[in-house]
Amino acid sequence: MSVDVETVKRVAKLARIAVDDEKAQRMQGELNTILGFVEQLNEVDVEGVEPMTSVVETTMKKRVDAVTDGNIVDAVTYNAPATEDGFFMVPKVIE
Amino acid sequence: MSEILSLTIAQALEKMKAGDLSSVELTEAYLSAIEAANETFNAYITVTADKARDMAKASDARRASGSVGALEGVPLGIKDLFGTKGVHTQACSHILDAFKPQYESTVTQNLWNDGAVMLGKLNMDEFAMGSSNETSYYGPVKNPWREVGSNTALVPGGSSGGSASAVAAMLCAGATATDTGGSIRQPAAFTGTVGIKPTYGRCSRWGIAAFASSLDQAGPIARDVRDAAILLKSMASIDEKDTTSVDKPVPDYEAAIGKSVKGMKIGVPKEYRVDDMPDEIEALWQQGIEWYRDAGAEIVDISLPHTKYALPAYYIVAPAEASSNLARYDGVRYGLRKAGDDIVDMYEKTRSAGFGDEVQRRVLIGTYVLSSGYYDAYYLRAQKIRTLIKRDFETVFAQGIDAILTPATPSSAFAIGDAEMAADPVKMYLNDIFTVTVNMAGLPGIAVPAGLDNKGLPLALQLIGRPFEEETLFQASHVIEQAAGRFTPEKWW
Repeated sequence: MSVDVETVKRVAKLARIAVDDEKAQRMQGELNTILGFVEQLNEVDVEGVEPMTSVVETTMKKRVDAVTDGNIVDAVTYNAPATEDGFFMVPKVIE
Repeated sequence: MSEILSLTIAQALEKMKAGDLSSVELTEAYLSAIEAANETFNAYITVTADKARDMAKASDARRASGSVGALEGVPLGIKDLFGTKGVHTQACSHILDAFKPQYESTVTQNLWNDGAVMLGKLNMDEFAMGSSNETSYYGPVKNPWREVGSNTALVPGGSSGGSASAVAAMLCAGATATDTGGSIRQPAAFTGTVGIKPTYGRCSRWGIAAFASSLDQAGPIARDVRDAAILLKSMASIDEKDTTSVDKPVPDYEAAIGKSVKGMKIGVPKEYRVDDMPDEIEALWQQGIEWYRDAGAEIVDISLPHTKYALPAYYIVAPAEASSNLARYDGVRYGLRKAGDDIVDMYEKTRSAGFGDEVQRRVLIGTYVLSSGYYDAYYLRAQKIRTLIKRDFETVFAQGIDAILTPATPSSAFAIGDAEMAADPVKMYLNDIFTVTVNMAGLPGIAVPAGLDNKGLPLALQLIGRPFEEETLFQASHVIEQAAGRFTPEKWW
């Protein structure tokens, strides 16, 4: 399978990465090279094979259902580009 | 001073124990070496000199009071992927500009608990995506190795290029690194150092910026096999904060070194004899087989039939997981923000400006293979093939194979700015052809220097082990080290 420029733009939209026409054109070639490379996987007979869900046999660990952390608003917001009163600030979402 | 720098971790610990060397002296020696050479190598992107001095003083005080950790006073470099509290942590990406975590990764905390000293943060490919360290926002790293008679700057490999270069150039006693498809072993191979990727789950991933969560593992890059064993013992732990960290006690890896490999079954997989493999690498592999025969091991020809599909399957699984993990970088909670007309425009502009080309390529591939209508054809199929790859290994291990011997890389280090690699992303990806199978199957793998090619550059062999049998790898790789000797670059800087 290969992608056209419109698909590149659609996928970039899904990935929330701005691409202009020039970049979409360039990305199209690169993505098709990679998709061409992975095409060989179609040779493999995967009939009846379970997809891998965990690479090491393990039982999922569960932590105790208790509050073990918190009240660290300053640490949580420390690196944010814009904050106010312990909230992350973003451009207006609702008119 | 260069004598102090050439000490291995094991030797430095001995000297400090005997009272012939202090952590302050050792740390000052490394800080001076970094100051003199880092401009040449670009291995460190941040040097934490004040912190290093404070930690060294505190270490010497602890030692004086009789409290001595396993890495007491040993100065280390830390890959920029590890969260270090209050210290530059950006995965060498523009999108994490000015990020200073308010927490410490479990692996680095383990090292500090054992008395180690932090020299600074090491350069790497952006978000660990690359095999040459050239995708770093902070620019490429130089390999301390050069071809005989040439001044051409070579890559140290990637993604842990800063770690490998710093260890080989003696700008730290050892370094932390991470490996998702070969990012510890390939740079170790390119720099004549030892790098081990432990079994998935052996080191906690908590506090390490995630690339592909089902493949990422931390491990050390070190001067020799013993140092790698000492470092891994400290880095590994059982961690409640990472549900994939495995509840198995951490063995004394160093104790495995020097044990005979007599009777050990070493598998040699025919599928690793790839087209266009240089004769020198084939010869090196044969040499490795001879060394094991001489040491009394049994050499067994084995087959891992799905080997050739590991790399293409990896380039579906890893980007898919990356596209999900990297969704968090949106200009809201940390790092770079580019103003936009509305919130979506802000996200898109931030991510377009903040991620480099290779990261954007992988996020787009990952988004595509997970998108509606393509999931089964790509992602599900790749995960099924991953099951088959793992089954190949399980089959040979069930036949009694203790470890598998392969080349580590299909070539020695190449030039910075290699035109062919730059033009074709898949060419660069092929660097990981021998290492990526190990991540896909969650197994431990070690790269050990085994010789020099005709250009005078280091080449390595790889040993692959059964899950959680890192001890076997230390035991067996020591045979190569004993036979091949150690390799250090001639100092030109």
